[in-house]
Amino acid sequence: MNSPFEAKRILEAALLASPEPVGLTELKRLFDDEVDSDHIRGLLAELKEEWSGRAVELVSVASGWRFQTRVEFQGFIERLQQDKPARYSRAVMETLAIIAYRQPVTRGDIENIRGVSVSGSIIQALEGRGWIEVIAYRETPGRPALYATTRKFLDDLGLRSLEELPPLEEIAKTIQVEPVAPPQTQEATGTDG
Amino acid sequence: MSVTSTARLYGEPVIELPLDLYIPPDALEVFLEAFEGPLDLLLYLIRKENLDILDIPMAPLTRQYLEYVEIMRSKNLELAADYLVMAAMLIEIKSRLLLPKPPAAEPLEDDPRAELVRRLLEYEQMKKAAQALDALPQTGRDVIAISVWIEKTLSERLPDVHPPDLAEAWRGLLHRARLSRHHHISREELSVREHMSAILRALRERRVLEFGELFQPEKGVAVLVVTFLALLELARELLVEITQSECFAPIYVKLRHEQPV
Repeated sequence: MNSPFEAKRILEAALLASPEPVGLTELKRLFDDEVDSDHIRGLLAELKEEWSGRAVELVSVASGWRFQTRVEFQGFIERLQQDKPARYSRAVMETLAIIAYRQPVTRGDIENIRGVSVSGSIIQALEGRGWIEVIAYRETPGRPALYATTRKFLDDLGLRSLEELPPLEEIAKTIQVEPVAPPQTQEATGTDG
Repeated sequence: MSVTSTARLYGEPVIELPLDLYIPPDALEVFLEAFEGPLDLLLYLIRKENLDILDIPMAPLTRQYLEYVEIMRSKNLELAADYLVMAAMLIEIKSRLLLPKPPAAEPLEDDPRAELVRRLLEYEQMKKAAQALDALPQTGRDVIAISVWIEKTLSERLPDVHPPDLAEAWRGLLHRARLSRHHHISREELSVREHMSAILRALRERRVLEFGELFQPEKGVAVLVVTFLALLELARELLVEITQSECFAPIYVKLRHEQPV
């Protein structure tokens, strides 16, 4: 049996060797499943602590743990790269936001919220990135595809679950400002007033 | 948020829309490209003017909105389509506000702007959510997933080879060689042309032959096949005629033309 010190180094090596997040189940296989999950979680926390203050950090995302560069160094790293990573357009990001927060949604749902038609290239860009996928078809005429976000989406945004998405701004807050009882904005979203 | 929400519901708007929103037509195209659609433009107009989104003064908003749409129509028809739908909706809301209401009607319940407000608020919520999502560090854009270089060439698992595998491979080679040699020789021995001549010779003597008579099964399958190919080739070259009066009736082969002997 490995000493705790060795076990931690083994975890470190395995995580450093993988560009993809490594899940707890896989990490346990490093030790022939002889180390329990809680122990591994403890070691991972120690490892994370050990790497604090370095240019690389250990983070936990939806699919597991991975090492990544710290955000603040990206500007420097980009100076060495030929082409800088492109930013998605507002149209793409709004579509993504609607799918992330309102999933599962059809293209029609997205268009209703955005007030403009959603081009196929937007959907393709997000599908190509592996961030969204068709999970079912709505049983209405035309059987439109229902889109949802993927685990890769969470991984790539450094999230462990959808609950970690930035909270939506409450619509109700705006309504409370209004002194006169406003229209029954039949919006049920967050009537915490 | 809406500090100066002094607009009145059914009266004149208290604040006049300031003129600084005017954009020269040349810059309008660029300006409109910054918007993600009619809802986005409306939100901009409302927020910019500090209008109360829950109590939108429809007249000035519609007027200003229509001015943009009018210029857009001359610039970019496709873009204008979505905007035109919204223009129609704004005008409809405005006209419904102008219509006198039965006194008993609950004004708030009937506010024709409610649906527009709901859509605007919902869109604004998603627009802000998109900005928040965009602010999250993105793998590949803001952070890089680390993997150290591993000496993969050393650890790569190459397939195992055992002596029997080699022997088997050699046997396979020999077998194929034997087959091709056989094939090669048979082409010499059983040339189609040769059998074509043989058939023609037989027909010269007997004029008409029954199909079965052409074949000599005792010489083996290969000869049968070559004879058959020869017959087909003869038919293709219009040297023989193959006839059958009805299904399963005997097939006859005869020379197509009288050949000078």
